[in-house]
Amino acid sequence: MKIATLIRLRRRIRPATSDHVTAAVLERYATGGAGIRADALWAVEAHLEWCASCRERLGEAVARRSPETMSLLALVQAKLATEVARSPRMRVRRLPRRVSRWTPPGLWPRLAMTLLVLAAAVGLDLADNSRLLPSLVLLVAPVAPLLGVAGVWSAGIDPAHELVVASPRAGLYMVLRRTLAVLVVVIPTLAVAGWLAGASPARWLLPCLAFTGGALALGELIGLRWAAGALALAWTAGVITPSVLAARTPLLLEPASLPYWAGLIAVIAVALVLRRDAYTGLRSETWFVR
Amino acid sequence: MVRAVSAGETAATTYAWAIQADGLRVRAGRRMAVDGLDLSMDTGVHGLLGPNGAGKTTLVRSIATVLRPAGGTLTVLGEKVNGRIDLRGLRRQIGYLPQEFGYYRRFTVREFVEYIAWLKEMPAADTPGAVQRAIDRVGLADRADDRMKTLSGGMVRRAGIAQALVNDPRILLLDEPTAGLDPEQRLQFRALLRELGTDTCVLVSTHLVEDVAAACTDVVLIDVGRLVFQGVPADLAAAAGDEAGAGDSAAERGYSAILRRHREAASARETES
Repeated sequence: MKIATLIRLRRRIRPATSDHVTAAVLERYATGGAGIRADALWAVEAHLEWCASCRERLGEAVARRSPETMSLLALVQAKLATEVARSPRMRVRRLPRRVSRWTPPGLWPRLAMTLLVLAAAVGLDLADNSRLLPSLVLLVAPVAPLLGVAGVWSAGIDPAHELVVASPRAGLYMVLRRTLAVLVVVIPTLAVAGWLAGASPARWLLPCLAFTGGALALGELIGLRWAAGALALAWTAGVITPSVLAARTPLLLEPASLPYWAGLIAVIAVALVLRRDAYTGLRSETWFVR
Repeated sequence: MVRAVSAGETAATTYAWAIQADGLRVRAGRRMAVDGLDLSMDTGVHGLLGPNGAGKTTLVRSIATVLRPAGGTLTVLGEKVNGRIDLRGLRRQIGYLPQEFGYYRRFTVREFVEYIAWLKEMPAADTPGAVQRAIDRVGLADRADDRMKTLSGGMVRRAGIAQALVNDPRILLLDEPTAGLDPEQRLQFRALLRELGTDTCVLVSTHLVEDVAAACTDVVLIDVGRLVFQGVPADLAAAAGDEAGAGDSAAERGYSAILRRHREAASARETES
């Protein structure tokens, strides 16, 4: 049906404009409706429902004749205003929530510390003009993500860890996701640091990934925090210290060793997938509880 | 809008009890905290009582599929929690409030509950509504957009209850939920428990005997990892009989009387053998 027809029909049903509520009845209605017959009262209410001009006149009549109603309205308005002020506002979507699905909030200080260590390594490399020592950035690069990786699955860093391990998403998927978040911060920083210090990514990228994956795989056996700590300690004691003392770049970080690192990464990937249930499954120990 | 009902929701249950333990043993560190527990629970509010170190938290953790049972069988929603099971499917149907409820201080209540809903693999379209409902049910709607670190201890506890409720779990595990709640909030919490107990298996671990007597349909009393008593709250209150046990209310006297009798019987058995 056309809208114009609808409007015409509506006009036919509605009373004519001359049938507005009289001023006397309206005043009585405003003071509580005493003295209006029940059927007339219904007619007044039905009329008020659709007639804006009579509603306006009713408002004036109420303001004139019924101070109780006015004070009640004022009270309701005041109460509503405080409720509205307290009720949730439309929020601006904050960044942290999106980011937090990738990393627990406690990880930020660790990432900041990693960046600080790398900045210090760059500073020392640049200060060493005569190139007596091997590049510190290159030496530190393989274990740089471990500080962050140690925090992705541990109760000490993630306060809600017990809730996380009891949730359906718990498992290797969550661990890998959070590790990726760590790498997204650490690897570009390493690239910049390496560019400044003259350490090419080709020499440290594979060792870096091998150590990250190795920590995850070892973490399936002894817990991620211990695994990352053990690997970082082993690298520091076995490679960084001797290289600095002997003042030469270790063979492990020469381009010739890259195929071995690639092979190691493949082995680690297989081990991770084979034991993937370790992060999902039931724990025999309560070590994850703070 | 009418919510679509999935086939999983209308399927008939194929298990007798929501939670069933047979000779369950669970280790907490070196100690066997739950040691030969037999227990069956179904829909309703179950109050888990027991002295400190009785194994309440360890039992709740093993039902939450966090700890591996060291022996016996534990069946949750018809799935044996031993070895290889579909943990994901089971965990989606469990709500859990740990005793030490850790949270992200910089998150708002809404963000935190949304995060937990995401962890519980809720569909993204349902999440905002479910989060608002959960926050409403614990009476935190006016603080929903405040950061967690600005909340008082009782409010944090209520936020913890909200995150446990958010996925409409079939099994709800609340470890010490009333710690830090003021008397009025505890009354509201009891009302919420009664409401939840109509279609959910709720297990509430607590020290407060009066909470159990007021809000629970079933009382479970354990001591040194074993079941001592299971029955309705009236049985607990009646257990004291005419004895003058320690406690101010009938339920408290019943609690201490049952524990004392159990310990006397246990020591008598030891001296015999």
